[in-house]
Amino acid sequence: MPDKIVGNDFGPPKAGPKDGLQGGSPHKIVGNGFGPPKAGLHIEIDGKSHPVKAGENLLQAILSLGLDLPYFCWHPAMGSVGACRQCGVIQFKDANDAQGRVVMACMTPVAEGMRISLQGPDAKAFRAGILELLMTNHPHDCPVCEEGGECHLQDMTVMTGHTVRQYRGLKRTHRNQDLGPFINHEMNRCIACYRCVRYYQDYCGGDDLQVFASHNHVYFGRQEDGVLENEFSGNLVEVCPTGVFTDKTFSRHYSRKWDLQTAPSVCVHCGIGCNTSPGERYGSLRRIVNRYHGEINGYFLCDRGRFGYGFVNGPARLYQARSAETGPLDVSTAENRLRAMLEDAKGIVGIGSPRASLEANFALRERVGAERFHAGIGDAEHGCLRTLLDLVRNLPLHLVSLREAERADAVLILGEDPTQTAPRLALALRQAVRNRALAIADELGIPHWQDAAVREAAQAEKSPLFIASPAPTRLDDIAARTCRASPRTIARLGFAVAHGICPEAPAVMGLTPEHEALAAEIAQALTSAERPLIVAGTGCLSEDVLRAVGQIAAALAAARPGRATAVHFAVPECNSLGLALMDAQSLAHAAHTIESGEADTLLILENDLYRRADRTTVDALLTRARQVIVIDHTLHATAERAHLVLPAASFAETEGTLVSSEGRAQRFFAAMQPAGDSRDGWRWLGPWPCLDDLTRALADSLPVFQQITACAPGAAFRIAGQKIPRQPHRYSGRTAMLADIRIHEPKQPEDTDSALAFSMEGAANDHPPALNPFVWAPGWNSNQAVGKFQDEAGGHLSGGDPGIRLIGDGAGTGLPWSVPPETEASIADALRLVPLHHIFGSDETSMHSSAVAERAPHPYVALNPEDAARLGLAEGEEVELAPDVWLPVKCLPGLAAGIAGVPAGLPDLPVPVTAWQSWKPNKPGDETS
Amino acid sequence: MISQLRTLWIVLKHTFSRADTVQYPEQRPKLYPRYRGRIVLTRDPDGEERCVACNLCAAVCPVDCIALQKTEDVDGRWYPEFFRINFSRCILCGLCEEACPTYAIQLTPDFELCEYDRRNLVYEKEHLLIQGTGKYPGYSFYRVAGKAIAGKDKGQAENEAPPIDVHSLLP
Ligand code: SF4
Ligand code: SF4
Ligand code: SF4
Ligand code: SF4
Ligand code: FES
Repeated sequence: MPDKIVGNDFGPPKAGPKDGLQGGSPHKIVGNGFGPPKAGLHIEIDGKSHPVKAGENLLQAILSLGLDLPYFCWHPAMGSVGACRQCGVIQFKDANDAQGRVVMACMTPVAEGMRISLQGPDAKAFRAGILELLMTNHPHDCPVCEEGGECHLQDMTVMTGHTVRQYRGLKRTHRNQDLGPFINHEMNRCIACYRCVRYYQDYCGGDDLQVFASHNHVYFGRQEDGVLENEFSGNLVEVCPTGVFTDKTFSRHYSRKWDLQTAPSVCVHCGIGCNTSPGERYGSLRRIVNRYHGEINGYFLCDRGRFGYGFVNGPARLYQARSAETGPLDVSTAENRLRAMLEDAKGIVGIGSPRASLEANFALRERVGAERFHAGIGDAEHGCLRTLLDLVRNLPLHLVSLREAERADAVLILGEDPTQTAPRLALALRQAVRNRALAIADELGIPHWQDAAVREAAQAEKSPLFIASPAPTRLDDIAARTCRASPRTIARLGFAVAHGICPEAPAVMGLTPEHEALAAEIAQALTSAERPLIVAGTGCLSEDVLRAVGQIAAALAAARPGRATAVHFAVPECNSLGLALMDAQSLAHAAHTIESGEADTLLILENDLYRRADRTTVDALLTRARQVIVIDHTLHATAERAHLVLPAASFAETEGTLVSSEGRAQRFFAAMQPAGDSRDGWRWLGPWPCLDDLTRALADSLPVFQQITACAPGAAFRIAGQKIPRQPHRYSGRTAMLADIRIHEPKQPEDTDSALAFSMEGAANDHPPALNPFVWAPGWNSNQAVGKFQDEAGGHLSGGDPGIRLIGDGAGTGLPWSVPPETEASIADALRLVPLHHIFGSDETSMHSSAVAERAPHPYVALNPEDAARLGLAEGEEVELAPDVWLPVKCLPGLAAGIAGVPAGLPDLPVPVTAWQSWKPNKPGDETS
Repeated sequence: MISQLRTLWIVLKHTFSRADTVQYPEQRPKLYPRYRGRIVLTRDPDGEERCVACNLCAAVCPVDCIALQKTEDVDGRWYPEFFRINFSRCILCGLCEEACPTYAIQLTPDFELCEYDRRNLVYEKEHLLIQGTGKYPGYSFYRVAGKAIAGKDKGQAENEAPPIDVHSLLP
């Protein structure tokens, strides 16, 4: 094994925070994210010379220069197809050509010395003409259109100067479809730019959104009414430049973009840490939109992240403190009660939360002491995360960002279904398999942005993706090979791959010939790849699988000296990794401390223990504890049994730092004031005057968090003496919205925890990326204004992508080779329980959002059809999963033999304790075992 | 100097012209329909609320005294769940009327907006909504818009062709 790693496949070793507060993007990938940096050229636009990058198209170049040029069909993440004809400019042959000809900027590569005109009368007239044509059929809908006020079509119409409709003929109309709980459909508004189908089919691999009919009748929708199945359908809302696809959940409590109070935030529904902009109006959270991050989510979120916000205003939201004996409490009584209970306690056990910020967890840790601070996650998950951190710290692993994952040219997924556990990562992997196509395009000299040409040239060629998982995954359609096996066997396969890569790694005995061959094939693909990537995670709760990943990574590093191995570990919750870095005690330890009588009080932060351990264990723990205090934003089974419940602010109402699965610490900010009596979790817990003090204390006391204060500028940050407004400058209704309650307008609430203001007044420009609540630029009201905030079209945010990477920079030097696990002993008549994850269903908070809950599966026990037949179980038959939990059998073709899949995290289902629990199906009438 | 003398002269001249002021409230001036007084919300010719809760009036209002919330009936028609104007802030500039794409919000010649208690100047939808169409009798936004609502299907608005049959490839 190499003892010093000098770099990884994706760039030089990552440095710490660079200049000042922003720290910023650890390394800049120059170029379009795919190829090596390209040399610079000069082109002449309207008589002025501008530097541009070779290999770009004209539209990209023009937008990257900060100039305005209308466009529709081009998308920075999807390239050009030249469908809408809106981006016309005049290109001149040479210095003497005075007339020139119209070309589509998005389809024209830049060339040295090129002369073009953007503002010439002919160019302008051409674009105004095209827009007028696109508008001929457009309905008179803006006032009742959810896109209004952030509509790219409105923006482009204004930009081209087309202000009066001359067309007097009939407009074509379309019927709409019901596309499920997430998306509204209003087809009349379509301008036939084809972005939606290109995004849905080509980018996401969806097959239930198509284009029908012909010429100006084209129709974009499903074959028939029904739910849009793809997990990334929500991005259509932002991809479609018009109001054809809009956010249905938002429409129900609609507000214009200019009326929303927003803040830079981070998604809390999985470990990826996509950046979001939650928007508030009249005290409730109205929607989530994408907030561009050049290294993580780019332009796209998953549907869990976009539509899972409903819990913030949901029916289970806690607005008031309450005590088990006396019911609702006012704030001061609650404070006194808390103080009294804590003073009275004979030892306090603190249980933290992977869905609370580092700061809130640290405040709890300070309150109860490091010894008594527990992670509040299942013991199996706890073990997995420890193993995972051990690998990250000691092996030459590089935790890749999603942009880096997109560049991988061979991928191995072990034991994970990323679409369900780390959705946005799955979308990145879908782009990764296109690297072969891009390589073919390179050979043929086709620029990468020539989307249709690249796809035509590559046909079905893909970079290799191997998936070994217990159940079929949503990426199987692009996989070179898939393998269905139990977690233990997956781990053994992984160890065999490691041996195949580096013979020093111990061999695995007793593999089946198919697995032998597969391991050899995978080893070969990974070794010959330029940028191999291994994806795994805590999904199947198997430490063996994680150790196998470590082994492969070490083997690859040994085979490719000097280069760390690219890995991404999916973790279940938004701060799972952060909490793991705090080295908290396990839940079993908490139970032991209470059981032994060392402590009699449980102080639980944002956690429902019934999701962490089985019912009897938690019941026993809660009964045994003399006092149970829960601080949370949502009522759950644990809170129902608490003696004192204190309402906490949700992510949209508080600030803090989360560590993503990439190891990136990111700050999120409150979009609104805490609802009701709720307050920041950490405010209940300690005497901290403001968040910065707490963050600093954490950075000082745990070295791994040393840099987190630089995630974002602190509360004292000002731009020309001013704070940054959360409200757009067109925010309306200030003197009326509260007038029915109190005629004297209240002072805007002060925010002592951040440099943002709950106001429309403040510094309008030059926001550091970590503090930019929303994107807007003159003439650009839609989210496509983000182009004005990037260093180049589709690149990184100017000023650096926010966040500081804490771990996983390939610095580890090695662990001894691990010993592969043995095959599991087969157990007669019994199956092994394995959790199966669901993007809609497995996450706790998003299930309080009615739209997401509607998409969640009904509880089931999945069996391989042969196993079901062997056990005499038919589809739909009820079996007893745990005492008194009866679930229908679901035959799942493709599920590995010998295992029973149980949906993870669905409300009221027993918690999978390990990946390895054995279970004998009982049928009604059988004796309960 | 000359200009100052000229100004004095002009002012002096006015002493002899007829007064524009009247002995209100005994005498009342004639106010024309486009006078900018108390604001109302009107209905379309079919008697339905005209306001579609588009929020343009609120956005344009320079003193931000309009607040409303969009909601939707079962047939897809947008209307305000609440609509509030704080007349103690309103400067009767008429920009809301100018911005309104449906002729819903209109200023009327009633300028007598006096209250002892400012709270009484906060008008909710029930105080604002009148029965008639106001100054613009004929207009109905939904007859022009493409969105289908009860009683007006796709293709039935003005200048609309019947909905496309997506199974047909004929021109
Ligand atoms: S898509 Fe844009 S231009 Fe068309 S009706 Fe909606 S807001 Fe207006
Ligand atoms: S539905 Fe939207 S994205 Fe799709 S073609 Fe029409 S305008 Fe373009
Ligand atoms: S991938 Fe994860 S972080 Fe990103 S939007 Fe989806 S749930 Fe949120
Ligand atoms: S501008 Fe007119 S239609 Fe729009 S909200 Fe105001 S009154 Fe209603
Ligand atoms: S953006 Fe260039 S043709 Fe559509």
